[in-house]
Amino acid sequence: MNRRSLLAASGLAVAAPFLTRPSLAQGAGITGAGATFPNPVYQKWAEAGRAATGITVNYQSVGSGAGINQIKNRTVDFGATDAPLTVAQLEEAKLLQFPSVMGSLVPIVNIPGVANEQLKLTGELLADIYLGKITKWNDPRLVELNREVSLPNLAIAPAYRADGSGTTFVWVSYLSAVSSEWKSKVGVGTSVRFPAGTGARGNEGVAGTVKNIRGAIGYVENAYAITNKLVTTQLRNKAGQFVKPTQEAFIAAATNADWSAPGFAASLIDQQGATSWPIVSPTFILLPKDPADAERSRNVMKFFDWAFRNGATLAQELEYIPLPAPVQDRIRAAWKAEVKVNGQPVWTL
Amino acid sequence: MQQAATLPLGTPMGARPRRGARASSLGDTIFRVACHAAGGFVLLLLGSIIIALFIGGLPAFQAFGIGFLWSTEWDPVTEVFGAGVSIYGTIVTAVLAILLAVPVAFGVAFYLTELSPAWLRRPIGTAVELLAAVPSIIYGMWGFFMIAPLMSQYVQPAAIDSLGELPGIGALFQGPPFGTGIFTAALILAIMILPFIAATMRDVFEQVPPVFKESAYGLGATTWEVMKGVVLPYTRISVAGGIMLGLGRALGETMAVTFVIGNANRISTSLFGPGNTIASVVALEFGESETDSLKLAALLALGFILFVLSFIVLAISRWLLRARLKG
Repeated sequence: MNRRSLLAASGLAVAAPFLTRPSLAQGAGITGAGATFPNPVYQKWAEAGRAATGITVNYQSVGSGAGINQIKNRTVDFGATDAPLTVAQLEEAKLLQFPSVMGSLVPIVNIPGVANEQLKLTGELLADIYLGKITKWNDPRLVELNREVSLPNLAIAPAYRADGSGTTFVWVSYLSAVSSEWKSKVGVGTSVRFPAGTGARGNEGVAGTVKNIRGAIGYVENAYAITNKLVTTQLRNKAGQFVKPTQEAFIAAATNADWSAPGFAASLIDQQGATSWPIVSPTFILLPKDPADAERSRNVMKFFDWAFRNGATLAQELEYIPLPAPVQDRIRAAWKAEVKVNGQPVWTL
Repeated sequence: MQQAATLPLGTPMGARPRRGARASSLGDTIFRVACHAAGGFVLLLLGSIIIALFIGGLPAFQAFGIGFLWSTEWDPVTEVFGAGVSIYGTIVTAVLAILLAVPVAFGVAFYLTELSPAWLRRPIGTAVELLAAVPSIIYGMWGFFMIAPLMSQYVQPAAIDSLGELPGIGALFQGPPFGTGIFTAALILAIMILPFIAATMRDVFEQVPPVFKESAYGLGATTWEVMKGVVLPYTRISVAGGIMLGLGRALGETMAVTFVIGNANRISTSLFGPGNTIASVVALEFGESETDSLKLAALLALGFILFVLSFIVLAISRWLLRARLKG
C-alpha cells in the first residue's frame, strides 16, 4: 500500500463514524450501556431483533455503575443494571426500571475426587466459608452433609470477583439473606470488603483461579459454568431441599417470586418452593420517564417488547431465564403509564 | 529569490542580507513560538491533570482527612475508604520487582557488552527489546494462566514448607498457595521492566571509552574488576536513571498486576498473600462507581496519590543523581 492510499484509508477510517451516524438514526438505532451479566443475551436479541423490528441496538457492556451514570446523563437511550436502583434514586433521576431477563449463580469448586453437582452445600456454610470461618474441606459441618463423598484435608481457598460487578451483588445478596453475620459484617454491594480469599477479574478470572487452585471455591453465572464445564454443587433451598442447578430449578424460583415491589425490584434470592434454586436474580433496564426523543424511547420499548415475545428461546439457549408472561404485561402497563412526552404516553400499543 | 527580484532599484546591496535575515527571523519567531507552545502545553497538560485529579478526589480527602493515606479500610458498602493497603501494595511490588530485575538486567547488559560472542549480540539484544514491546495484557494473561499455576503447584508449596518454618523471616512465606499474590505480581513486573533497565544499561556500558577498559585490562584487571572499577563508576548515573525508569513503570503498571495480585484489600505479612495496588484498585472499581459518589472521589484521590508517588520517586532519583555528580 503506497502512502497516498494509506492516507486515504486512514482518512476514511476517521470519517467512518461520522458518516454512519446519520444513517443509523434513519435506520432506527438505539444505544444502551451497562451491566455485563446480561450482555450475551442482549447482543443475541439485538442481532435477531434487527431483522424483525428494523431497530439497530448498540449495547455496550461497560458495567452497571457506568450504565447508571450514562443513563443519568442521558448519553444513551437506555441503561442496564444488575443491582436495582431504589425508588428514591429512580425518582430523582426520572427513570423507569423494569426487568429484562433473569439469570442464576452457581458455586464452583475444585476438590480432588468431587464430581459435578455432587457436593452438597448450604447458604450458611457458604457464608462461613467466605467469612473465613470454615477453612478446611474436611470441616465436620461439611463432612456431615456429604457422607457419601470423601472430603480431603485441604485448605479452602475462596475466590471472588475483584472487579465491581452485578454478579458479586447477587452473590452477597444471597449470603446476606441466609447469614446474619454476613449481613452485619460485610453487607451487600457490587463490590464488598471480602474478609477472606483472593480476588480475580471477571467470570473467567474466578473460573481460572478455581481451576488453578486445589481446594478453591468460587461463584460464576450459570451460563459461564455450563459453557466451560465447571464443577458445580448442590444447594439447600429455603424449603430445606437440596437442588441441582437446572433450568427447572431456576424457573421454579422465578415463578415463586413476588413482582409487586416498586421498580419491579423483586427479590428472587432464596425463594420458597421445594424445587427452587436459591440464587436467581433479574437484571434491569433503566428508561427515562421524560425522553428527549420520543421516537428513540419508543424504539427501546419496541425492542424489548419483541424480545419478551420472541426472545425466550434465545435466552434459554444462553442459560438465561425468560420473564413470566404476567410480568411482561405489567411492564407494558408501566411503559404506558409512566413514560410520557408532553403528557402523552410514548407507548400506545 | 522573488523577494530579491522585487527590490526597488537603488536599494543598497547591504539590505539584501537584512531582508533575508528578516524573513528567516520570521521563521525563527514562528519556530520559537511553536516550541514554546509545545513545551508550555506539556506543563499545562500535566498541571491540569493534577488539578483535575485533586479536585475530583477532594470529597474523599475532606471525608477521611489525612488518615485516608494510611487507613486500611476499603468498604464500598459502608462507604469507608482508605489508601493504606493499595499504597503499601504499590510500593512493595515495585521495590520487589526492582530487586528481582536489576541483577538480571545487569547480567544481560554485561553479557551483551563484554562476554557474548559478536554474532549472538544482535539476536539477544533484539529479544530484550522485543520483551519491552509485549503489551501488558499479554503479560497479565501469561502470568495468570501459566505462572500462577506453576507458583501454586511447585514454587509456593516448596517455599511455604521450607522457608515458612524459619523463625522471623518465616512469616514472609506462609499462607495458602494461591499462586497469585504480591510475589507473583512483583515477578511479572520484574520481567516487564527488565528490558527497560537492561537496554539502558547496555547502551551506557557501550559508551564507556574502550581506552579506559583497555588500560585497566593492561594493568592486569579481571573482567569483573573492569566492570566494578571502570564501567560501573563511569556509567552509574545512567544506570540509576535506567533503574528509576523501571521503577516508574512498575509503580503505574495496571493490567498485568490486576491479573495476578489477588486483589484483596488486606496487608498480609506473607509475600504470597493477595494484595492490591493503586492502579489495580482504580482499574477494577471504576466501572461500578457512580458519578458524585464518594467511591469515585476515593478512586480519583488514589490517582492523585499515585501521581504524587511517581513524582516523589522522580525527585528522589534526581536528588540522588545530583549527590553522585558532586561526589
